[in-house]
Amino acid sequence: MKATIRIKRFNPEVDRRPYWAEYEVPVDPFDRVLDALHYIKANLDGSLALRRSCAHGICGSDAMLINGRNRLACKVLIKDLGPRITVEPLRGLRVIKDLVVDMEPFFEKYRQVMPWLITDEPPPPQERRQTPEERARYEDTTKCILCAVCTTACPIFWGTGEFLGPAALVAAHRFIFDSRDQAAQQRLQILADRSGVFKCRTVFNCTEACPQGIEITKAIQELKQAIILSRT
Amino acid sequence: MAVHEFDAVIVGAGGAGLYAAMELSRQADLRVAVISKLYPTRSHTGAAQGGIGAALGNMEEDHWEWHMFDTVKGGDYLVDQDAAEILAREAIETVYDLEHLGLPFDRTPDGRIAQRRFGGHTHHFGQGPVRRACHAADRTGHMILQTLYQQCLRQNVRFFNEFQVLDLLVEDGAACGVVAWEILTGELHTFHARAVMFATGGWGRIYKVTSNAHTLTGDGAAICWRRGIPLEDMEFYQFHPTGIYRLGILMSEAARGEGAVLRNRYGERFMERYSPTLLDLAPRDIIARAMITEIREGRGIDGKDYLHLDFTHLPRQLLEEKLPDITSFARIYLGIDPATQPVPVQPTAHYAMGGIPTDVWGRVVLDEKNTVLPGLYAAGECACVSVHGANRLGTNSLVDILVFGRRAGRDMVRYLREAERVPLRHNPDSDAREQMERLLRSEGKEKVAVLRQELAENMMEYCGIFRDEAGLRKMLEILGDLRERYRRIRLDDRGRIFNQDLLEAWELGCLLDVAEATVRSALHRTESRGAHMREDYPKRDDENWLKHTLLYRKPDGTFEFRYKPVVITRFQPQARTY
Repeated sequence: MKATIRIKRFNPEVDRRPYWAEYEVPVDPFDRVLDALHYIKANLDGSLALRRSCAHGICGSDAMLINGRNRLACKVLIKDLGPRITVEPLRGLRVIKDLVVDMEPFFEKYRQVMPWLITDEPPPPQERRQTPEERARYEDTTKCILCAVCTTACPIFWGTGEFLGPAALVAAHRFIFDSRDQAAQQRLQILADRSGVFKCRTVFNCTEACPQGIEITKAIQELKQAIILSRT
Repeated sequence: MAVHEFDAVIVGAGGAGLYAAMELSRQADLRVAVISKLYPTRSHTGAAQGGIGAALGNMEEDHWEWHMFDTVKGGDYLVDQDAAEILAREAIETVYDLEHLGLPFDRTPDGRIAQRRFGGHTHHFGQGPVRRACHAADRTGHMILQTLYQQCLRQNVRFFNEFQVLDLLVEDGAACGVVAWEILTGELHTFHARAVMFATGGWGRIYKVTSNAHTLTGDGAAICWRRGIPLEDMEFYQFHPTGIYRLGILMSEAARGEGAVLRNRYGERFMERYSPTLLDLAPRDIIARAMITEIREGRGIDGKDYLHLDFTHLPRQLLEEKLPDITSFARIYLGIDPATQPVPVQPTAHYAMGGIPTDVWGRVVLDEKNTVLPGLYAAGECACVSVHGANRLGTNSLVDILVFGRRAGRDMVRYLREAERVPLRHNPDSDAREQMERLLRSEGKEKVAVLRQELAENMMEYCGIFRDEAGLRKMLEILGDLRERYRRIRLDDRGRIFNQDLLEAWELGCLLDVAEATVRSALHRTESRGAHMREDYPKRDDENWLKHTLLYRKPDGTFEFRYKPVVITRFQPQARTY
């Protein structure tokens, strides 16, 4: 079968503003959108720029807007979209070229929540014990691949550049609820700031978009509760 | 031209590169840079699924000596045993170190690190399977990559993301930096350093069906080879038995560790005939060959070129808790629920056992006498220590990259305490600049993507799981033709900003080089050992071939083979049966 792929193109060396380009691509229903984009690059226009690497949803490189929704191009099959497909760069981050956006502001927010294990105690000679229940407490938020799909689906993030955004909050959650970590209060203070967790308006865009199925909105609610409880 | 001054520059931000960077950055006075063609969290270490082997003995009795033995036997006795001993011993402290750094391992009921079975890992020197693979669901590599990246951020390692390294600088016999291309701007940067480490991963993209990311194009190995460094044991390339049919996406060996079995068109558990003791947990080379044999003899599913990986007898809860990612891959890419339907699988190109030769400290060596090139290090899949010999055991890739990445980092600290800064030559980036300009201006008609695809399809056909002289010679001819056409490419994109067309053209040059080294080495080794199966020489030949190959490409374009003896300490070679 054939699919028509409409891509929002922009090359700052040539174009004054973005424009839509259309490509006819032979596809199999079980092809990924990434396969169709590769077909375009290989056969129709090699100048198309997009990030991709693992091609099976693990590395998080190929996040983009597909038929209006934030998705990973390697995790969406043509059969689930039909023959007309539109592809655009993620919103809320500066477009560098075609589907490539500037990821630096995204990683900057990630770094702000101190996403690393903090503990003062010298480690034991073997492992620190952690029960399966303690381990399960933060399992969901360890799954984040930093693809930026959630953060760039968030209207609050579009509205204000200050908001940490869902991905950074997920990273904070992963450590705050890890029984081995001792810096929960420090991180909660960062999140209690006006650019932090209370900017979230619970619109669930992040949770709907997450390619890893992380219950992001729930995690954010847990962070709000933790802050409120720590104040009482 | 931008010149950056650092003490150490690490190329590649996967497990090996980040571990080394973390070790170096613990020294407050050392300036360390990590250069990655991606963002670090997108390195292919993150795709590792099943586990990291370490004889912790948390679930049942285990000893590092057993792990060492399994590694040596798994590698069909081509493993250097001094390195294998380090691997098996230091795996234990490395896993504890990762736990201390925050890695969220799955736990036993009493809170220790949980472990499961994996192919070729046994108790009592081959008696039966042992639970040695420490895991975090089937996302172990993801957790490792995230943990190491987080610790590097904590220690303020300087990252240069989306910089493609193009050249290695060597002056007065010592490594003194690299030249890199900033993908975003198209500018060249020179990194002047006293020590350089390559941790650039593998080159699965020389094959059509592969578990490897699109970006795994052998850059580090190719750059070193072009600068006169030999490549070791390139003929040994691992095919993982269970890639998703046609896509090559991995169904982790953890699946079989948790009880999934392989079946042919008659529903027969065929591994009973090939490995009576370990069955579906035999080493990968054995299972991959068994699968191809089944397919060749008409027992593929519906007579086609795939088999079934059967999970249907396992509880759904086990799939969801212990194998969630691969369960989801089957659902997404095949529309199959593994709890009720078997998954179509075929062997997929997975891991290079050979690469840039190093000693046990990750120092790159230049010859059979282990002469070190001062200041140059390599670790991870791009390097050959050698701990995998002719075939790597499952979980030992993560062990290798972390144990030897860590050792390389530590040795770089030692080296940097003494090493002088070697001055750069005039215009150090001139060779890299010329490479890029030639590609950019080339006025031919050939398309890079077409050449890349032809290379991958033919390598699969002529230099895959089974090889023979006629096929390998044919592949050399094809490579000659592809090289000729590579000189006549034409890019669609001639701009500076994020010119991925140019990047892929440059990567194709690396793919052609590592493919050439692989084919020449495979043609040269007239025996069958581990993953290298020569149908015209079906037996292992210890008398002539119990040795590593070093392949040099000389400046005049000719090739030279030299040999390095295998280091044998505890375990004498014996017949390899499971």
